[in-house]
Amino acid sequence: MHEPLLRVRGLRKLFPVGRRALGRSPDQFVHAVDDVSFDLAAGEALALVGESGCGKSTLALTLLGLETATAGSIHFEGNDLAAAPASVWKAARRHIQMIFQDPYESLNPLMTVGEIVAEPLHVHKLAPNAAERRRRSVAALEDAGLKPAEHFLARFPHELSGGQRQRVAIATALVLEPRLLVADEPVSMLDVSIRAEILNLLADLKMRRSIAVLFITHDLGTVSAVADRIAVMYLGRIVETGAILEVMTTPRHPYTQALLSVVPAPNPRLRRQHIILQGETPDPVKLPTGCRFHPRCPMAVEKCRQVDPALQTVGGTQAAACIRVGEA
Amino acid sequence: MMTEVTPRARQQPLLEVKRLSVDYVDPSQPPAQALRDITFTLQRGEALGIVGESGCGKSTLMLALMRLLPAAGRIVGGSVQLDGIELLALAEREMAALRWKRIAMIFQGAMNALNPVRTVGSQIAEAIRLHEDASDARTIDRRVGELLDLVGIAASRRNQYPFQYSGGMRQRAMIAMALACSPDIVIADEPTTALDVMIQAQILQLLSDLRRQLNLSILLVTHDLGIVAELCDRVLVMYGGVLAEYAGVDAIYNTPAHPYTQELLKAFPDPTRPMQRLASIHGSPPRLNDLPPGCRFAPRCPQVFGRCHLTQPPVYAITPDHQASCFLVEAQQTREARHA
Repeated sequence: MHEPLLRVRGLRKLFPVGRRALGRSPDQFVHAVDDVSFDLAAGEALALVGESGCGKSTLALTLLGLETATAGSIHFEGNDLAAAPASVWKAARRHIQMIFQDPYESLNPLMTVGEIVAEPLHVHKLAPNAAERRRRSVAALEDAGLKPAEHFLARFPHELSGGQRQRVAIATALVLEPRLLVADEPVSMLDVSIRAEILNLLADLKMRRSIAVLFITHDLGTVSAVADRIAVMYLGRIVETGAILEVMTTPRHPYTQALLSVVPAPNPRLRRQHIILQGETPDPVKLPTGCRFHPRCPMAVEKCRQVDPALQTVGGTQAAACIRVGEA
Repeated sequence: MMTEVTPRARQQPLLEVKRLSVDYVDPSQPPAQALRDITFTLQRGEALGIVGESGCGKSTLMLALMRLLPAAGRIVGGSVQLDGIELLALAEREMAALRWKRIAMIFQGAMNALNPVRTVGSQIAEAIRLHEDASDARTIDRRVGELLDLVGIAASRRNQYPFQYSGGMRQRAMIAMALACSPDIVIADEPTTALDVMIQAQILQLLSDLRRQLNLSILLVTHDLGIVAELCDRVLVMYGGVLAEYAGVDAIYNTPAHPYTQELLKAFPDPTRPMQRLASIHGSPPRLNDLPPGCRFAPRCPQVFGRCHLTQPPVYAITPDHQASCFLVEAQQTREARHA
């Protein structure tokens, strides 16, 4: 079978809590990412969706090597990065680039756009001379939709609009010609019309340049414009996954159903019944027994307190981790 | 032809804003025309959405209504009447007596505005003490309990500090503070922007319940058309400091007349239609101290024609409850008149 660009298997990231400093080994852990597996092919976009604290950002940081996996494997272009030495990481990281949420805080205010975009080339020692760096920076800026790029090179971030800044952030990632873009809430700070531009840009990069995109967000409303597939996370686990159309039209896991029901409808005539979950994601240190979602689940039955459901195929491309899916 | 319409004139509105205009002055630059001729009404118990991109004047409008404009802001014309009282004519002392008691505001990002070293309960108590005449500790204490209950915070958490609250809980606490003096109108400026969708849904549900329970009027400021569709009865779309369109929610979403409203709606992703390409509005809103000579939206408008570059279109009434400031409306009306 064709090897996907990224193959993640059984990935776990636990953070110890408690007083390790006193020489005791920690007995409690935050289960930030707990046994997550997925594939991502070149030119494909996967949306990773869930509330704050579900582990989606930790998963991204682990993929970037900014956190070390506790267990599991991350195969990127065939190499297992989870077990790899720093040299392999460094080579791989050039091909895995990140776009952050806040374009106001992720750009150095003292550097010009030209310097910001060329910096990754310095870091990775990719362009020997200034002319080459400039050529590549201009190309990256234009790919990110800042045209003519020469017009932006000498400007500082504060002279740009929010949408332009996010494009500079994207250019900074593109300048290394990445194969995988990890975008953590790339549009949640932006106005609607700029949001549409950035989502369209990500969709274009995916299609024209065959870049794989991992799109991380809490907002199911924004994923449909970019993603081909979706994985919904709850307390460190993927609870539902499948092709975007199937999951968005017939969500099977009660958590996905609730998340989708609260996406504001784009028209008052489409106002629907909301499934509003009470409370917030529980403490990831003291995980509930059985299904992690059962304390907030409107469909929970007694058995859900005992059984920790595995992700299982529920038809088509869809899989869900819920014992009640498929019940009549 | 300037069409002055008072929508739903049958009822005396709670708040009546007429031709409100605000400038921001800067000695080194021409004044920025932040607001021009904004006219709308708000009924008791009504929720009005104020919509537009950043920099279109939404927040300026809210601050002008509260008379809390920053030092450079000047109200240069118009009137704001609350229950027949002209707010713009009040002395600051009189306005201060009204503020929070009649009109309260939940500021954007307010959940980070709580004092970190004081308990949530004591901060709500302070809000009551400052604005109500109640000084009796037991009365205040009881009121704090009522307010927390109203916004869905367990009374047992009143002695906790803001850091012990989640973002959603802090926003609930801010709503409790806004309600401390039982205002008639609550202005909510992007009340859910920093929150997760599920917490956003909880807060919107809370606002909707409070509105019904207390017959509260809500001015909801947001750039998210989805939230407006969920919560509001009417919508005021602003662009470059002027009214672009003003109508009931159904008309705004299903028969929008202003190209700006149409473009905003196209840019809004529909979660039920995956993989559709979103329309984006190229360019950005005008600088308010360097406005185009004609319609402020003309440089970005896909339906622009000659006249749009010459003068700002007046507000036309399409129906008594639906207004838009676009020459296309007039053209349409002329065509219809000819056929009639």
